Amino acid sequence: MATQQIFSPLPGIFYRKPAPDKPVYKNDGDVVADNDTIGLIEVMKSFNEVKAGIAGKIIRFLAENEDAVMAGQPIAEIDV
Amino acid sequence: MAIKKLLIANRGEIAVRIIRAARELGIATVQVHSKADKDSLAVRLADEAVDIGPPQASKSYLNQAAILAAAQSSGADAIHPGYGFLAENAEFAAATEAAGLIFVGPTAHSIRLMGDKVAAREAAASAGVPTVPGSQGRLESADAAFALVERTGFPVMIKAAAGGGGRGIRIARSAEEFHHLMPQAQAEALAAFGDGGLYVEKLVEGARHIEVQVLGDGHNVIHCFERECSLQRRRQKVWEEAPSPSLTQAVREKLCTSAVALARAVNYRGAGTLEYLYDDTTGAFYFLEMNTRIQVEHPVTEMVTGIDLVREMIRIAGGEPLRFRQDEVRVTGHAIEVRINAEDPARNFLPNPGTVSALGVPGGDGVRFDSMLYQGYTVPPFYDSLLGKLIVHDRDRPGAIRKLERALAELHVEGIFTTKPLHQALTRDADVKAGRFHTAWLEPWLESHAAALATDEPPLAAKVAP
Repeated sequence: MATQQIFSPLPGIFYRKPAPDKPVYKNDGDVVADNDTIGLIEVMKSFNEVKAGIAGKIIRFLAENEDAVMAGQPIAEIDV
Repeated sequence: MAIKKLLIANRGEIAVRIIRAARELGIATVQVHSKADKDSLAVRLADEAVDIGPPQASKSYLNQAAILAAAQSSGADAIHPGYGFLAENAEFAAATEAAGLIFVGPTAHSIRLMGDKVAAREAAASAGVPTVPGSQGRLESADAAFALVERTGFPVMIKAAAGGGGRGIRIARSAEEFHHLMPQAQAEALAAFGDGGLYVEKLVEGARHIEVQVLGDGHNVIHCFERECSLQRRRQKVWEEAPSPSLTQAVREKLCTSAVALARAVNYRGAGTLEYLYDDTTGAFYFLEMNTRIQVEHPVTEMVTGIDLVREMIRIAGGEPLRFRQDEVRVTGHAIEVRINAEDPARNFLPNPGTVSALGVPGGDGVRFDSMLYQGYTVPPFYDSLLGKLIVHDRDRPGAIRKLERALAELHVEGIFTTKPLHQALTRDADVKAGRFHTAWLEPWLESHAAALATDEPPLAAKVAP
């Protein structure tokens, strides 16, 4: 089994939930499909979905909810 | 008590603007900043800088305790909130005063009053200022709603009382449509919000956005005439001008007088703006809301009146009375401001933070560039996309548009896409030149002019190379 990382496509603030009062998109250990949303990046007040981009199982998130992230920074590790 | 040291609780171009005004008054400046803003122009220009936290605004520019602690530790005696962030937070204004500091703005009471839509509408009505005709509160029955619209006339907007952000809004153009849509709206509001309460408001179609600048010292209030800000995208202003190209002198006088009446009724202190919808087919205007702070587009008023609004609000906060009588405020010529945002108009205004690799700033008489940029600056992704404002002033509106076109051609921000191509296309548009627009004009225009918005200019370096 190989491990791959999911990278933030943009710089900004990373959110694991669609809204503050909603549950997280994905938990550690969840199975994800290619097109699943795993989080949001807020860049200059606009919100952009981050897709898994690959199918597999999330080992763990490397960025926390509301972390400031750089473009290209790994935000999750996934078993493919 | 004259202010000796001013803390700026904001960032970006407005922080730079406030530092400049303070320095001209001989006031020392303290710039608070997040970790992401340690290299900002405001931090470079201020006398002192204090780190107040991580990049997220909620943990820095909105952190009241950190800002008040920075004021105490730096020995500042006043706080200027700029716009956005804590500028219209009554609790922060009260906390600032409770800490023995001056809040550069109105009282917490004024902020609270004008921030409450129903209270502001009531204050307007009792000062004789017209508001958009509609229900004074929620309507519980379709019969009560119909009785009301028979008085206001059609078209009307039916809005969910518990809704927001445009959700649950329906437009009825006739009694027939109204009877058809009202039960639908009620059912939908109940399903979506668990509350079937509705508001009904007359829809003013093709309305313009006109706002009046006021200055008060807590006793007297004057106006500095109006600005028109009808060119908007997603309710964000992109181009603002003074005077409005659509007001007759008679309406201008009525409008500005109404703004002073309302501001005086609440003993307003500082710089404020009263926003109105204006129907140029009937000459009717309706009060929308009051912004109890300096606005982004304040420079167009400064250019046509010669009054430095930021300087005046600092002086007033320091205890001075108004220095101008109403008859001393005059409009000379025409001014236009365009917002230079880090957004790519060719890709649906996609925000693009990044590093400014080269910068060319326009100059010449009547040209002003209020910005946070310098060459080599990296625009952080954490805040809004406003990089700066290009403002021009000329004898008349056609002259101002030509000057704007010339100044835009001299503006070069390399390394990031900006809204410059949008403004260049607007300066060449026949309707813009004729002043024929309203608040819903720009969005369809953007769809039909997508091709004109692509950036295809060569980089600055390519042109100066041999």
